[in-house]
Amino acid sequence: MLLWTKPGKIVTWIAFALVFGVLVLAPFIVVAAAAFAGSWNGVFPSSPTTSHLAEALSGDELASLTVSLQTAFLGGLLAVVLGTWAALAARNAPKPLARFADALHHLPIAVPSVVVGLSLLVAFSRQPVLLNGTKWIVVIAHLVLMVAFSYGTVAAALQRTNDAYAEVAASLGASPARVLWQIRLPMLRPAIVSAASLSIALSMGEVGATIMVYPASWRTLPVSVFALTDRGQTFTAAAESLVLLAVTVVLVVTLDRLRGRSVER
Amino acid sequence: MAVEALSTPIALGNQAPPQKVSRSVWLLPPLLVLAGLVVYPLVLVAGESFTGGFATWREVIGSVEFRDALVRTIQIAVCSTIGCLLVGTFLAVVISFVPFPGARVISGLVDAMLALPSFLVALSFTFIYGAAGVLGSLVGDSGFLATPWAVIVAEITFYTPFVMRPLLGAMAQIPRVQLDVAASLGGGPWRVLRQVVLPEVKPALAAGGGLTLLLTLNEFGIVLFLGARDTTTLPMLVHTKGIVMFDYPAACVIAVVQVLLSIGLYVALRAALSRQGGARAALD
Repeated sequence: MLLWTKPGKIVTWIAFALVFGVLVLAPFIVVAAAAFAGSWNGVFPSSPTTSHLAEALSGDELASLTVSLQTAFLGGLLAVVLGTWAALAARNAPKPLARFADALHHLPIAVPSVVVGLSLLVAFSRQPVLLNGTKWIVVIAHLVLMVAFSYGTVAAALQRTNDAYAEVAASLGASPARVLWQIRLPMLRPAIVSAASLSIALSMGEVGATIMVYPASWRTLPVSVFALTDRGQTFTAAAESLVLLAVTVVLVVTLDRLRGRSVER
Repeated sequence: MAVEALSTPIALGNQAPPQKVSRSVWLLPPLLVLAGLVVYPLVLVAGESFTGGFATWREVIGSVEFRDALVRTIQIAVCSTIGCLLVGTFLAVVISFVPFPGARVISGLVDAMLALPSFLVALSFTFIYGAAGVLGSLVGDSGFLATPWAVIVAEITFYTPFVMRPLLGAMAQIPRVQLDVAASLGGGPWRVLRQVVLPEVKPALAAGGGLTLLLTLNEFGIVLFLGARDTTTLPMLVHTKGIVMFDYPAACVIAVVQVLLSIGLYVALRAALSRQGGARAALD
């Protein structure tokens, strides 16, 4: 251990609590507090109310919650399928090709999300594929951004799995499809589930690309929160952010239940 | 395990090379999808930036607005990264080496925060530092929210967990005995930290710091939500030119510059990390 004296430890802990509390934790507590506050004109919020929360769960705001959920599930699911597929295929491909696929799948992490949005806008506002103004351009933006994380998660898990199981099954006469379905995918289940929950969580909070491409008929929750902040309705914005957080946590926890015990090691 | 004994190539006996070529056909569909959805649009962006020949480029690169945004973006990214490294290292050292009850809960919390949206932090700043908020009511309206410092503090808040995660992983692998021996030989806490801990976690520090630099260069949500007038960054400028002013060619010029900046940094980072080895996981 680093510190041996009681006072030294206590001073360090107080410093830790201050830094962690003020810098890291406070913003999230403040948003939660503001969601239930009628006004905030002092150090502490005042006149507690649930009316902002009710507002965040009705009309347009509720509509954008369902839009966000649909986008996250559609985009996230497609990203997980594509990422898993690519990771499995790259495992069997010759080395140069696999490295190329690896680089291509990591590209969306390095490209700023605003630029991903702009590029989709430029590409799909013209022939041959016109998607601008539809919900599909939003779903594609989310798919592109999440595929990198899905690929990364599954590829990392593949590196840790033992190929022997699949090889034994193949040598015993199992067809490639059966090896994939009964050996490979079950062994990767924990990684696929974490890829899915990460994709959904990130997709629920995505702003940069969405704000570039969204049509008026497909406004996701973060875009609504921005519109509210822009109009000065910060309390409703806080309430809606709290809804976003709560829904994301429920989704991630539920998916985590599906994950089961890890069979990787 | 019995399976371990089987890991010698039995199954590989049946003509491996031709099978490998036919198997790589399976890589084609995902590559085609990415080519259509990522590469093709980016190529069009590069093409669009040259619609007026070099005129748009000259005009944008020459403008004060662009240069200010470029300098501002780099300033904010560098300051935020340094802040994250300092705060993240301090927090990780305390969690790892001066443990307290509940330290595990905190490191779980850090993991969870990685998946949260960044605009939450910016939103909370309205209540913490705004004219009528916590600090505003104590010291009066400081105008802090309108300065680049607000963006930097918000980014430190949001990106510190990105530094902490690889650090906590690396620190967990340092044997406690090493620290005890160093201390028993008379090394003070600072010396043990500098000479035993820091050299061990350097790759993790580089990985976390590099990733944070990349993400802060590209950060958009925080800047958008804070909406400070004199803190225009490159991603913000892409948004303003493209969506508010419908000036696609100009937006594309800025986008190309931003992509070159980010990909250049990313490639350099991956090269540096793969030479160091081990710490690459932080980028995945």
